[in-house]
Amino acid sequence: MTKEELKSRLGELLPSATFEEGTEWTTIMIDPSAWKGIARQLRFTPGLDLDYLFCLSCVDWKTHFTMVYHMESTLHRHILVVKAKLDRSDPEIATVSDIWRTAEFHEREAYDLFGVRFTDHPDLRRLFMTEEWKGWPLRKDYEDPVNMIKL
Amino acid sequence: MIEELSTTEQGELVINIGPQHPSTHGVLHLIITLNGETIRKVEPHLGYIHRSIEKMCESLSYRQFIYVTSRMDYLSSHINNHGCALCVEKGLQIEVPPRAKVIRVLMDELTRMASHQLWWGALAMDVGALTPFFHAFREREAINDIMEETCGARLTMNYIVPGGVMIDLHPNFQHKVKEFITLFSSKIDEYDDLVTDNVIFRGRMEGVGYLSKEDAISYGCSGPTARGSGVSCDIRKLYPYEVYEQLKFEEIRVTGGDCYARYLVRMGEMRQSLSIIGQLIDNIPEGEFQAKTKAVLKLPKGEFYSRVETARGEFGVYIVSEGGTTPYRIKFRSPGFSNLSALDHMARGHKIGDLVAIMGTLDLVIPDIDR
Amino acid sequence: MLAACRLKLAAYTMFSIENITHSIDAWLYRQFNPSMALLLESLIVGLCAIGLFTVLGLVLVLMERKVSAYMQIRLGPNRVGPGGSLQTVADTLKLAMKEGLTPDGADGFLFNLAPYIVISVAMMILAPVAFARGFQIWDLNIGVLYVTAVSSLSVIGILMAGWASNNKYSLLGAMRSGAQIVSYELSAGLSIISIIVLTGSLRISDIIASQQDGWWIFKGHIPAIISFVIFIIAVTAETNRAPFDLAEAESELTAGFHTEYSGMKFALFFLAEYVNIFIVCAIGSTLFLGGWMPLHIGHWSGFNHIMDFIPSSIWFLGKTFSLIFLIMWFRWTFPRLRIDQLLNLEWKYLLPISMFNLLLMTLIAIKGWHF
Repeated sequence: MTKEELKSRLGELLPSATFEEGTEWTTIMIDPSAWKGIARQLRFTPGLDLDYLFCLSCVDWKTHFTMVYHMESTLHRHILVVKAKLDRSDPEIATVSDIWRTAEFHEREAYDLFGVRFTDHPDLRRLFMTEEWKGWPLRKDYEDPVNMIKL
Repeated sequence: MIEELSTTEQGELVINIGPQHPSTHGVLHLIITLNGETIRKVEPHLGYIHRSIEKMCESLSYRQFIYVTSRMDYLSSHINNHGCALCVEKGLQIEVPPRAKVIRVLMDELTRMASHQLWWGALAMDVGALTPFFHAFREREAINDIMEETCGARLTMNYIVPGGVMIDLHPNFQHKVKEFITLFSSKIDEYDDLVTDNVIFRGRMEGVGYLSKEDAISYGCSGPTARGSGVSCDIRKLYPYEVYEQLKFEEIRVTGGDCYARYLVRMGEMRQSLSIIGQLIDNIPEGEFQAKTKAVLKLPKGEFYSRVETARGEFGVYIVSEGGTTPYRIKFRSPGFSNLSALDHMARGHKIGDLVAIMGTLDLVIPDIDR
Repeated sequence: MLAACRLKLAAYTMFSIENITHSIDAWLYRQFNPSMALLLESLIVGLCAIGLFTVLGLVLVLMERKVSAYMQIRLGPNRVGPGGSLQTVADTLKLAMKEGLTPDGADGFLFNLAPYIVISVAMMILAPVAFARGFQIWDLNIGVLYVTAVSSLSVIGILMAGWASNNKYSLLGAMRSGAQIVSYELSAGLSIISIIVLTGSLRISDIIASQQDGWWIFKGHIPAIISFVIFIIAVTAETNRAPFDLAEAESELTAGFHTEYSGMKFALFFLAEYVNIFIVCAIGSTLFLGGWMPLHIGHWSGFNHIMDFIPSSIWFLGKTFSLIFLIMWFRWTFPRLRIDQLLNLEWKYLLPISMFNLLLMTLIAIKGWHF
């Protein structure tokens, strides 16, 4: 599907989503509380078939977090970017590890580095840091006088 | 290296493998739950070489951060750098001169071959055949010599800059690469004779570590791991960059899903890389090797994503820029990370000896996973 | 030496060891009373056996390292002594000076006894082996049966080592080695029997004498060649050599049954492994390739006369070392078999084939369809 077709199709399916302009790939912003249902729709709706989640990241905007999901359909070869704004004081969003198995590790990484909690995740533990580590290293306000050297 | 951790209630044994390994995979710590000889669960523990590269890059300029990625997947260092440079060029709308494009692709394919050669030697060594390792490294030396002459380094090349390459090719480059092509075309047949058709090797590889097509896509596997299960995912074919559109090469896909299929994919890729190098080496266009760019690069506000095909799979660079001289947030989508998540699924029900074979065909480089 | 040589061949060369042994024998009996002479002779034989053991160990370890090095495009030991020839002396000295640790909770008596059992077995098998014409320690009438029976005793030493180490992984490794050795003894035994069927005698000197007009591998044509191939495979498995060395492979369960051994005891295990290889190759060359008998073709007396000029000890050593080289070649070429594949190979393939081959050989022997 081309970008325009995808945009119109998504507009029908997800009326609550807002589109971002001027990006390389179709980008939508959704409400995190509706993420699970939307993810299922994106994965299983024939014509969309977004089965390949190739990047799951989190961006710390100092006032809020944004979860960014890059996904692709191996059948139709279109790419969609889904964003969700999270509250910085209590970042929480539904897990999609049962829809895309790759999300299991990616969400653990996001939890480890940002502190985002994924509800219903089968095994939400720190991935890179040790179990006893305090703090969320990739947040913009993370202070570590021992390990971080500011030039 | 292997010590017993505990025994679960069902009488299953929990043992450690790593983080020090006799093979060249890096510091990977696996906790395996065994029932007798059969694996019930594999749990990787990562983070032994986590250097928080993503955080580091937030304080490096757009010219500097490229070279940190060489240290991530050090076997495809050139290709990683290429991905970063493509992302920066996308943001700044820089047009790369044709000569630089061809040089970059040549170096990419040489790096891919070097990586696959090391993979082949290490896999054969893991499975028990100790000699192919030396053969692989002997041929790899030829590529290292070529790299050293032009780029100055053998492993972490640091050769690409946004806009082109750092310096022009060495005058000897064409001659040496042509010599290498003649040398390796005969050697790769030797490799097939030695290992690929060996009955014992096939017995160790066939039927082991099955990954179905749907699982491969769901686990986010890319590169030879996914192509061994029949998934078409070669970024060079699907979303061509640089000069890949004008080249004649095939995407090697094997529908088998087991270790032997993944092995055949990489052997096929080596031959394809050889053919690509052969097509390009006589047709390097004259001209500039670097586009004119400002000394200090500032990407405009926005987000940019570039994808390249490394030896391990799809490498993605996601830059979120706020208009400054350093990126606001960089995310590196590493191929090994997703490939590793499929290890548990593939290894269940097999023996420990098979686990070694599966990890070998996944071609994991742990610094790539841990970043 | 107590020579019971029954050959009537008259081609003596200057370097006949038999002359030397006869003269020593005669001198001793002249000087001392018979029982004293016998005692002294036994002492000399014992010392020679230990000396041979040591020299063999030295030579074979060095040979393995040099052969593996040349196959892997490198030089191997080349510093200690001319061309690295004294490397094993240095290694043995190092091992002798290392601390011999006994693990906590190990069964002290069995732990210390195990290496000595393995070594004694290896030495005892040297008795019926004919190194040259007339140069045999003890030509008993059941020579071949003695060899196979005594070699089975080494399993006891291995199991003892695994058990007494008080280490779960040593025990597992010892069990695996034990299972492997016991299984492959069957095929090896059946291959040996197929040659005995042709010779009609278990006495080593008879077997060699019957090869006066040609070696059994040529005279016995097809079944003998099948037996030979099965024999080589079976003895590679019996001596725990690659590709059947799963019990010792590092990426599997540590180092198998001799994990906990260090210092001199480990040196004894190590040496015993190499002497075992020598012995099984010696048996193989005696049965299939004629032992010390030069290559004779039927009754071509001219050709045979020329062949006889080469001393018999050179013939024997040449054949044995060629077989040793072949077994070493296997190690550095083939990957390793998994334990289930290993046992499958024996019970499902080698054993039925060798039983069928024995029947075939018996048919041929009865009908006289051999040369």
